[in-house]
Amino acid sequence: MMKPTTAPATPPARNGPMRLYPARVVEIKEEAYAIMTYSLVFDDEGMQRRYSFQPGQFNMVYLPAIGEVPISVSSAPAPQQPLGHTIRFAGNVTRAIGRLRVGDVVGLRGPYGTAWPLERLRGQDLCIVTGGIGLAPLRPVLYHVMQHRADFGRIFLLYGARTPSDMLYTDEFDSWERQEINLRLTVDRADESWRGNVGVVPMLFYQLRLDPKKTSVLACGPEIMIRFGIYEALARRIPKEQIYVSMERNMKCGVGFCGHCQLGPAFVCREGPVFSYAAIEPFFGVEDF
Amino acid sequence: MPDLTPNIGAFASIAKEDLARVFQVLQEMGYTLLGPTLGETAIVYDEIEGVDDLPIGWGDEQEAATYRLRPRNDTAYFGYTLAPQSWKRFLYPPVQKLLTLTVQGETFEIDGNAEPAPRYALIGVRACELRAMAIQDRVFLSGHFPVPDYRARRQRAFVLAVNCTEPGNTCFCASMGAGPRVGPGFDLALTELEEIFVVEVGSELGRQVLSQTPWRPAGAFELQNVRRALAEAEQHMGRHLDTSDLPDLLYQNLEHRHWDQVAQRCLSCTNCTQVCPTCFCSDVLDQPDLTGQRTDRLRVWDSCFSLAFSHVHGGNIRPHTRSRYRQWLTHKLASWIDQFGSSGCVGCGRCITWCPVGIDLTAEVAAIRAEV
Ligand SMILES: Cc1cc2nc3c(=O)[nH]c(=O)nc-3n(C[C@H](O)[C@H](O)[C@H](O)COP(=O)(O)OP(=O)(O)OC[C@H]3O[C@@H](n4cnc5c(N)ncnc54)[C@H](O)[C@@H]3O)c2cc1C
Ligand code: SF4
Ligand code: SF4
Repeated sequence: MMKPTTAPATPPARNGPMRLYPARVVEIKEEAYAIMTYSLVFDDEGMQRRYSFQPGQFNMVYLPAIGEVPISVSSAPAPQQPLGHTIRFAGNVTRAIGRLRVGDVVGLRGPYGTAWPLERLRGQDLCIVTGGIGLAPLRPVLYHVMQHRADFGRIFLLYGARTPSDMLYTDEFDSWERQEINLRLTVDRADESWRGNVGVVPMLFYQLRLDPKKTSVLACGPEIMIRFGIYEALARRIPKEQIYVSMERNMKCGVGFCGHCQLGPAFVCREGPVFSYAAIEPFFGVEDF
Repeated sequence: MPDLTPNIGAFASIAKEDLARVFQVLQEMGYTLLGPTLGETAIVYDEIEGVDDLPIGWGDEQEAATYRLRPRNDTAYFGYTLAPQSWKRFLYPPVQKLLTLTVQGETFEIDGNAEPAPRYALIGVRACELRAMAIQDRVFLSGHFPVPDYRARRQRAFVLAVNCTEPGNTCFCASMGAGPRVGPGFDLALTELEEIFVVEVGSELGRQVLSQTPWRPAGAFELQNVRRALAEAEQHMGRHLDTSDLPDLLYQNLEHRHWDQVAQRCLSCTNCTQVCPTCFCSDVLDQPDLTGQRTDRLRVWDSCFSLAFSHVHGGNIRPHTRSRYRQWLTHKLASWIDQFGSSGCVGCGRCITWCPVGIDLTAEVAAIRAEV
């Protein structure tokens, strides 16, 4: 019933799907309070060479004796580059990741899941709707778009954070705007320096004139933000087939058999995390499903 | 013993006492026998040494939230309905080591679990249970990422199935098209008649085993008796589930008020998921040694009825029993069909028998249908 939005990349698993590969932290960059980007390189050179991902896919990041969490790749989808993982310190595992130093080793496996359908988006205007850490899995899309700028029409990035200092990747905003990515930022709570919008992300739709025929929406962030973002898009007659969302669920295996990530017929780790809204619409609005 | 060995698909007849010979042959081939045996208050599947360990002369009574052993007035070898735990416990163990990780100076070393898979002969597999194995095969082996330990156990297992001629009160395998007659996938399938076993040969391996046992071709009357017993069993299912409008009935009633009604009874105890032969959800845990230098990654059974199951940062997707029971039932009877091409329920009735408050999925589905 549910078709993956895009075909998953060839599975990297050789010695069983839960096989981990040691990967080393080569760079740590502080993005915001309690959010860091870790660049990882596989110890095994062959693995580093073979590994490739598509924007929107995620890895399982593992710390020995602590646990494993799904984290999107946030770096450019360029071959053989260190893999960026922008991580918010949310609980047990991610806080322990926060204690890592350059040179430390983690376990890594992936990439898993579906990607943003970049091929299908060619020629379209993009309206990217994100909140908080939800920008991380969309940064590779921005990098791709900037590399192939002529393939896309207008690009809007609607992005919200709790406060101005919670915003990710602020040092890159200028370079994005230079590539005609139209940034619309908002915060829940402003400080003295903030001159921009205050309020929720979906509100930013009111600043735009979108052409429903040629606009695709890509949304990732808190589920409530995604929901209202979808309402705004639908209200502007953007067809649900042109709306894509990345969903977050609990994941223990990443390969479709731990059962934790189910959303109706979908395993979010396999048929998602990126879905066409048309595919999950019947289940998306059901409370606690 | 005729010279010719019986063909695949053929029916043979063996004397009751010669089942011991079948067991012996399997043991000589290196199989560990797992079969029904008398536990303290239930018939359980466990390691057995021989025919004497079978629950000869014992049966069981099952009802919603009720299970009782009962002595039979005959010496049937397989005169019970089903054990509480299915074969899942052996093919997909509740705790399974996936890998061991050892810190080595700057990095760590990873050892896949190289323990060879056990070679089990599963004795007394019912039709519903065999179907459940086929369903779990699809879950664990059909995707991009087949599960190696499951595959090894499954491939090495010998299946000696036993047709069910006395279904229990909570059974509805006939509704699910899963029984009472065993479907494909067995090596040998027995039907127990008064004096003999009729044996159907399902594989080359089964053929080899049978050829080392005294046998003769099954007679027409014997085959007729088998047919009759199975036809009668089909008429004596304790429960019935109308599947004609599934999965849509459930998909279209995700907000039905009956979910609230079930939630008032359900304890979220996870029993139903533990006894279900198809439920497959798991967690992955670390078990470090005291030095912290070595840790085992363990896969353990999990359940959609536990609160932590749906935990994400900032809350749980299914905070209430209502949403968890709904998840379980819609998964079994609806989304499973989309995911794996068949229902996730084989009608074994275990979840009804072993639910402490007697929640009965056949009744819950009927209640939803009654009020759409
Ligand atoms: C596809 C996908 C991509 C993600 N990408 C990112 C990203 O790029 N950056 C980022 O910071 N976060 C991302 N997350 C969320 C991140 O996985 C969780 O914040 C993290 O798992 C929390 O684990 P914890 O142990 O630190 O927190 P705790 O709240 O202490 O969690 C306890 C346990 O619950 C489980 N758990 C909690 N939340 C989640 C969750 N959302 N998904 C799966 N398991 C969970 C974990 O196994 C953890 O061990 C992503 C989640 C998914 C599903
Ligand atoms: S849902 Fe219940 S009746 Fe169906 S297979 Fe599972 S335990 Fe048996
Ligand atoms: S349905 Fe019954 S067995 Fe299943 S969780 Fe609820 S109370 Fe427990």
